[in-house]
Amino acid sequence: MRQNPPRSFWQSLVVRIPYAWLLALFLVPFLIVLKISLSQSAIARPPYTPVFDLAAGWHGIHAFFAALSFDNYVLIGSDPIYVVSYLKSVEIAAFSTLILLLVGYPIAYAIARTPRHWQAVLIVLTVLPFWTSLLIRIYAWMNILQRDGPLNALLVALSIVKEPPVWLSTNTAIFIGVVYSYLPFMVLPLYATLEKLDESLLEAAADLGCPRWKIFWLVTLPLSSSGIIAGVLLCFIPIVGEFVIPDLLGGSRSPMIGQTIWMEFFGNKDWPAAAAVAVVLVCLLVAPILVYQNQAMRAVERD
Amino acid sequence: MRKVSAVNLAAIAIGIAFLYLPIVILVIYSFNASRLVAVWGGWSTRWYAELMSDAPILDAAFISIRLALVSATAATILGTLAALALARFGRFRGRLLFAAMIYAPLVMPEVITGLSLLLLFVAFAAERGFWTVAIAHTTMAMCFVTVIVQSRLVGFDMSLEEAAMDLGATPFATFFAVTLPLTLPAIAAAWMLAFALSLDDLVIASFTTGPGATTLPIRIYSEVRLGVKPEMNAVCSIMVGVVGVAVIAASLLAKLSGGERAAPAQP
Amino acid sequence: MQSAGSKRGFAPWADPSVRPLLRLESLSKRFGGFTAVDHLSLDIYEGEFFALLGPSGCGKTTLLRMIAGFERPSTGRIVLDGIDLAPVPPYRRPVNMMFQSYALFPHLNVEANVAFGLKQEGLSKLEIARRVADMLALVKLDTFGRRKPHELSGGQRQRVALARSLVKRPRLLLLDEPMAALDKKLRGETRFELMELQRRLGLTFVIVTHDQSEAMTVADRIAVMDHGRLMQVAPPAALYEQPNSRWVADFVGDVNLFEGRLGDDGLSVEGTAAGRLRVAAKSEAEPGQVVWVAVRPEKLRIAPEQPLTGLDNSVAATVVDIGYLGDTSLYKLRIRDGSQIKAAVANVGRADGALALEQRVWLSWPPEAAIVLTR
Repeated sequence: MRQNPPRSFWQSLVVRIPYAWLLALFLVPFLIVLKISLSQSAIARPPYTPVFDLAAGWHGIHAFFAALSFDNYVLIGSDPIYVVSYLKSVEIAAFSTLILLLVGYPIAYAIARTPRHWQAVLIVLTVLPFWTSLLIRIYAWMNILQRDGPLNALLVALSIVKEPPVWLSTNTAIFIGVVYSYLPFMVLPLYATLEKLDESLLEAAADLGCPRWKIFWLVTLPLSSSGIIAGVLLCFIPIVGEFVIPDLLGGSRSPMIGQTIWMEFFGNKDWPAAAAVAVVLVCLLVAPILVYQNQAMRAVERD
Repeated sequence: MRKVSAVNLAAIAIGIAFLYLPIVILVIYSFNASRLVAVWGGWSTRWYAELMSDAPILDAAFISIRLALVSATAATILGTLAALALARFGRFRGRLLFAAMIYAPLVMPEVITGLSLLLLFVAFAAERGFWTVAIAHTTMAMCFVTVIVQSRLVGFDMSLEEAAMDLGATPFATFFAVTLPLTLPAIAAAWMLAFALSLDDLVIASFTTGPGATTLPIRIYSEVRLGVKPEMNAVCSIMVGVVGVAVIAASLLAKLSGGERAAPAQP
Repeated sequence: MQSAGSKRGFAPWADPSVRPLLRLESLSKRFGGFTAVDHLSLDIYEGEFFALLGPSGCGKTTLLRMIAGFERPSTGRIVLDGIDLAPVPPYRRPVNMMFQSYALFPHLNVEANVAFGLKQEGLSKLEIARRVADMLALVKLDTFGRRKPHELSGGQRQRVALARSLVKRPRLLLLDEPMAALDKKLRGETRFELMELQRRLGLTFVIVTHDQSEAMTVADRIAVMDHGRLMQVAPPAALYEQPNSRWVADFVGDVNLFEGRLGDDGLSVEGTAAGRLRVAAKSEAEPGQVVWVAVRPEKLRIAPEQPLTGLDNSVAATVVDIGYLGDTSLYKLRIRDGSQIKAAVANVGRADGALALEQRVWLSWPPEAAIVLTR
């Protein structure tokens, strides 16, 4: 780390401006969510109570804290729909991340092994769908997975099935949508690590008598571990809170936690409950988020 | 020159096909004269024509583009400052928290960031509309910008900056004469990413928008959640086309201006 | 310490009335628990070609960077032209550095690179163009002005880096291993070009290198460093012929050391592996003190029989290794107590009279060929 010469005022602004922005617009909102989660829903503007009012003086502040309660958290703990929603989200996220790893690794590995000048093109091709809207791509899958859509047409034509099966509003559809959308997030970090892999290490292992599968297991896999961790975390954490994909492809019968928050907020207009669900979700994800941050910082320092 | 094995080739081919097939199908169906997916009614551009007279969609598109331009630019400026701070300012006080605030939004589920920002705006009785969404998008995108620009700055040959200072350039002059020109491709790529993120965003916009600021994704979503709509196919195909052209143009531009790569000089 | 051996009769360090251009006073640099430069004091004079020589990690590059202003000293002062450089940032010091990687700006062409420093000074466009053209002609790159760095060879890039620094007419030019990236032939040519340039422009150069022959070729004076400390500062010949310690004697070239005790007359050393040895010059050691007699390999005479005159130092040895280098032959020989001696012989003839492995010979040298080292 370079040593710090004294910074001029203008130079310190380089740090202070984005810092202030993030404090105000990232950190403070979290504190507000926490506060709202301790409030009650109300038919009012804003639709919760108590409202923090400095003008009410000490008495007002005292009353404010007295009105806070953990009711919403009790609700989450007692009503099974919430617990089921959390579990389903983690389940789906874990399973899809696994699929993503199994699908993404060969692709990343294959791209890393092509001649240099092809790699840039292939990476652009892999990332290009990401630049088109997620909504559009999921919508595209809605088209395909419809009862009378092309997928079923193909399956019936190939005599794989007799009756066109229902794809939409199933977990399978969610898996397809998630893997489709998050593939670049798995492939890119894996590719970045595999691309740096020193070929001569593999050649040395072969020279020392390792068969190909063993070389992969003993050399390639461990050396790409940082890419695997990055890819896994980059996919798992956001998938847990996904909204668009399960909403369009999975239906609302058995919602994931992102849908639950949405429904509490926009459907029931119960902001405090939504906030509480969000707080619990953040607590669930804190550990993997910290691991991801740690990993990301170390990767940067290493360079 | 490595040989590409058949397995590798197959993996890549299948992967690419998987990624592009749905989009291709979407575009094809946007030219389907029949309203129903099951029936192919022949090639037609009627949905595109209907699109042109659909005022709410066009309004939403216009708003989305303006929003994306504003938030992408703001996010790029803020994100570049943050990247500079992380890459060049050593261990300043509060660096750990700063870095945590940069990396957390990258993985945080959008419903959480959307919800928290809305609650912030409500708590400060801010009028929700175009600017609240713009602020929200800027905050979300700046973290991506920071990551991209920072990785470029970290891999930057420090001796170039030292050489500039040795030759008499103040840190300010060094940034504009040496660091910025060589980091420009990364900054441009980050801008484009921020633009795409804003244009595409549904969840955060839904939480933080207000009357009169309906973005394109919000409008598309409200139409399609009830089922497939052929006009939507047309809208989406246009967006895909625009993005495709833009990305290809950007890649060609990068290739043409390339040749001098600011990698550490080889002897 | 500095006797004869200055190359061109140029020896301002020996003249007490001349003030040094650069004075380093008890300079130290610590990185956490590691001391890179340890209370180093040095004077460098105007017009010198000064070399910092030492193994990797000895702190020479850190020292250079402190002079340039990229590292802040932990203790000590750097005084240039009588001015303390501590508060002066690198972009305001009249010192320029040529980086080991050359650090040419890849987005600017050769002319723009060379003009960069002049633009920072705010000179007129006309003046800048003139000085750039003159400098490019000086380094023989006049037709390369429009090219970009990636279109140049390694040697050409080096000359652009040199031109870029020199065009600002700095009081001091620092060169960080400037020839490390060049191949052997180019290195040889470039050395002489550098010396020529330095003499012509009358500038002061400080070069950092780990290559002894480079330092010996180009420098007026060499400072040998180890672990952040100065071991010896002297012109090349003095450094080679009068090293002040075993470490310096062994670092600069090869040396054979014979340990013994100084005799009463101060001109003989007793009890060495080669018996009683005579030296020609008195040293500051006390009789009875443990000293080492140092003899360079090229000063040893090899003969099949013991030399007749008893005044020369001599010892019997067996050839254990022969290294044929074309112009010289390097022999490793074993003497009675098992220790190894290195001898170098110019191949004056054509392989006649060459020695064979296991051959028994006698090594001898005159008293004036060796010196006594006390540490």
